Amino acid sequence: MQTESVTPFLAMVVALVGAALIVLTRQHPNLREACSLAASVLQFLLVLTMVPAVLDGQTLHFTVLAFLPQVAIAFRVDALGLLFGITASFLWILTTIYSIGYMRLLREHSQTRYYAFFALVLAATVGVAFSANLITLYIFYELLTFLAYPLITHSGSSEALAAGKKYLSYQLGTSFIFLLPAVIVTYTLSGTFDFQPNGVFPASANATVLVVVYGFFLAGSAKAALMPFHAWLPAAMVAPTPVSALLHAVAVVNAGVFLILRVILDVFGVDLLRQLHLDVATTIVVCVTILLAGLHALRLDSLKGVLAYSTITQLAYMILGVVLLSPTGMIGGVLNLLNHAESKILLFFCVGSIYLATRKTKISELAGIGRQMPWTMAAFSIGALSIVGIPPTAGFITKWFLITGSIEADKFAIVFVLMISTLLSAAYYFRILRTAFFGSPLQSEGDDEAPHLAESSAPPQRQIRESPLIIGPILVCAGLSVILGIFPSFFIDLVQLALP
Amino acid sequence: MTLTEVPAAQQIGFPILSVLIFLPLAFAVFLNLIEDDNVARRAAFVGGALELLLAIVMVLNFIPGVSDIQFVERADWIPAAGVGYHLGVDGISVLFIPLSAFLTLMVMLTSWSSIRFRSKPYLSALFVLQAATIGIFASLDLFLFFVFWELILVPSYLLIRLWGIGTQRGYAALKYVMYMLAGSTPLLVGIVLLGINHQNATGALSFDLVTLLTVPVAPELQTVIFFLLAFGFAVKAPLFPFHTWVPTALMEGPVGMSVMLVGLKLGVYGLLRFVMPLLPEAASQWAWLMVGLGVIAVVYGALIALVQPNLRRLLAFASIGHAGLAVLGLFALNVQGIQGAVMLMLNLGLATTGLLFMAGFLHARTGSSELTALGGVGRHVPLMATFFFIIGLAFIGVPGTSGFPGEFLILLGAFDANWTVATVAVLGVILNAALFLRYFERAFLGPVTRDAVRKLQDLRPREAIVAVTLVFLVLAIGLFPYPILSMTQGSVQALAERLEQGSAPAVVQHAD
Repeated sequence: MQTESVTPFLAMVVALVGAALIVLTRQHPNLREACSLAASVLQFLLVLTMVPAVLDGQTLHFTVLAFLPQVAIAFRVDALGLLFGITASFLWILTTIYSIGYMRLLREHSQTRYYAFFALVLAATVGVAFSANLITLYIFYELLTFLAYPLITHSGSSEALAAGKKYLSYQLGTSFIFLLPAVIVTYTLSGTFDFQPNGVFPASANATVLVVVYGFFLAGSAKAALMPFHAWLPAAMVAPTPVSALLHAVAVVNAGVFLILRVILDVFGVDLLRQLHLDVATTIVVCVTILLAGLHALRLDSLKGVLAYSTITQLAYMILGVVLLSPTGMIGGVLNLLNHAESKILLFFCVGSIYLATRKTKISELAGIGRQMPWTMAAFSIGALSIVGIPPTAGFITKWFLITGSIEADKFAIVFVLMISTLLSAAYYFRILRTAFFGSPLQSEGDDEAPHLAESSAPPQRQIRESPLIIGPILVCAGLSVILGIFPSFFIDLVQLALP
Repeated sequence: MTLTEVPAAQQIGFPILSVLIFLPLAFAVFLNLIEDDNVARRAAFVGGALELLLAIVMVLNFIPGVSDIQFVERADWIPAAGVGYHLGVDGISVLFIPLSAFLTLMVMLTSWSSIRFRSKPYLSALFVLQAATIGIFASLDLFLFFVFWELILVPSYLLIRLWGIGTQRGYAALKYVMYMLAGSTPLLVGIVLLGINHQNATGALSFDLVTLLTVPVAPELQTVIFFLLAFGFAVKAPLFPFHTWVPTALMEGPVGMSVMLVGLKLGVYGLLRFVMPLLPEAASQWAWLMVGLGVIAVVYGALIALVQPNLRRLLAFASIGHAGLAVLGLFALNVQGIQGAVMLMLNLGLATTGLLFMAGFLHARTGSSELTALGGVGRHVPLMATFFFIIGLAFIGVPGTSGFPGEFLILLGAFDANWTVATVAVLGVILNAALFLRYFERAFLGPVTRDAVRKLQDLRPREAIVAVTLVFLVLAIGLFPYPILSMTQGSVQALAERLEQGSAPAVVQHAD
């Protein structure tokens, strides 16, 4: 059932207006941050108002601009888009609060630019989530790429610029070489850009061409960080921590996965995918990604680096769940969009909290931090348990659905992949927690054989303090990671509406 | 097989099982809000006592002699995954809940003065552990069960890692968690397979034990699931050859943790609760394997324990033997064997843990439970020696103690099922007696060779309370086993019938 509604458009506009107000009030930091916060809260509320209609089985439509009969910038809100919209807009609120604490404590430069682009990124994200057709999705997807660039390179250091360059070349390279051709060929084959629940391709379409188009879509969504297009994500960890949260949880990587989910569900359709055996091919790619990323994370000493590879694994979980093509597996895959975002943003918030208090970024430096920052590390433990998949956390629900889905689809090999991946993630998170809680600080000082690091080391005798603006969002996320693990049903119902 | 459910609302008027699970969790949080350690300790004691009281109220309201599932609570939880919040107890599980509450309270008493280092987190961990174990005994939904099963890991890790008494406690804690994860993984897959079998038969996923019993499992699939589940439970039981985490955990971990690990036979309970009724054909088909492993464990555990100079290590290996004996009883597949296994599990919760407590008291005094540090102790601590001996009698199954009915029934069941196996098991039981008496003789009797022993202090009041309570229970159950047997009787009989008849679909009734 289709309903005309301007709300999805407003949800995007509110972020644009927010960005404008942020620039206008740049002389008054308090007012500026208030605008940022107000925009995020408003956006979340607007998104929420659409929940009853979508749960009722309706889709909301709004056409902004129609170039041609078949080509239009149009919004359409269904359950899948709404799930992404809720995730992004809710986490924007938390990230804004966190950012205020983080950016002020660090006395970061160019904060106006930072908040303005943050709001713009959210506008683009909502655009991706609520796009009605491939062309709208493509446009917002590209906008997202550009708008996130100033955030990634915020510090302006050569390292940040290099990371930004890597990010841009991966995103633009893949989208121009693969995504754009895929979008165009899709249009020539089907005569439409609109998403349709059972796929858009006519039965007469050439199978080989379809396989190639699918491959191009997959390769074109580098934001999903599937191997071999993942390297930009670990590199982007030079960005300020709230930006890492934006990349890993709120918007960017989710947009990549969302694109792939849309392509699978509403461009190709489950039946066609199965018919062309593309589910098997995708499964192999994601399983390789899951295992390699897990193995690589074991070797890293950088805290954010471990989290980045853990994200790569988790994104692959989402796609894996959907290409299992069994009802339970698909729920698990889509649900992980929310579950992972919730837990991963928590972990990044904690890493930022540690950085603020101690300027430490390496696992080997963390000895004793558990005692110095009990709240942060307790919350970090909850996030880690969730990502590993230990009950009663959100991650466990994902894992349960994925394992059930794999067995449902008679793919026992995937159960093994999931088990190995669980053990790998348990191993690298355990390493962090053990160092933090049980490592002795004296020992790590003995290992410190690099005097050249002195310039970047923490100010001595700095009092370790956990600021409320930082701890608040952390505790909310920690609570949610558990609540989503104990009461997952609301979102499962939403996800089920998104699936055939 | 007919299953009748009696709702908690009808039987007692409030969801008692939920309260039993969530009260300790509430206390685990609440404790940390108290500033003063001593006040926190008292509050914890009150919480533990309240929990035990509730558990006793439940037992008193339990209708004995029937196979009904009682105090049932049902609520939707995750309908999309066929997961419900379903609690209930029957004759098999009802007694383990007070046992768990009792042991936790005793552990709190004994660690009153011995755990002075971060006592609030210690007590919190203990409460979480208690909630999880009670959750395990009360869950009738396999998903819920698995959640509690995994919930044990975190507090257990912390208890061993932070409050362990050995120098290798970090290693022991990690080893424990690794073994448990290795076991729970196949368990998870087995559970999911059961749910999917139900889906294939009826079109809907379900992890509800009672619902699953209404759908038979094909024989080949039964074998697969049997091995997955049996492996998962065997690691926890611990069944030979998956037992090596036990000595490490008992040597390095704190006494309280050892008591919970050894006293609550969660793995054996899992076999009894889920494997046997859900997979009756596979249980019969592979009984020889389980019985074989059980018999090996009985003899192996006793033989190794016989030569251990350290009391805790001795108890670790003896408990491996006892777990073997319980498995042996279960897979005799008859009423006596199963009934005996339940009784044995209860007795282990009192006797083996009683000796572990004593080992803890000795350790607190001498800094060791090695024989070389002891000898002639009985002369200087007569009270401890007496209690140690009486509890030991239950440990070796002397008539008149709680150890006797279980051991006797298991052997009876085993002789009924397989004559040779039973004979070997008897040998194990005799060895078990020998190892206890040998240790007792060398540690408590004979000449005093160490000066330190002369200065030993006898039981302090709190320790004496623990010892007296245990002795009382051991003798009471030993002399009057009938009330306990009658509670378990109905459910055990129903299970034995199901094992005999095979997996004909069960009929579920709701008592009105």
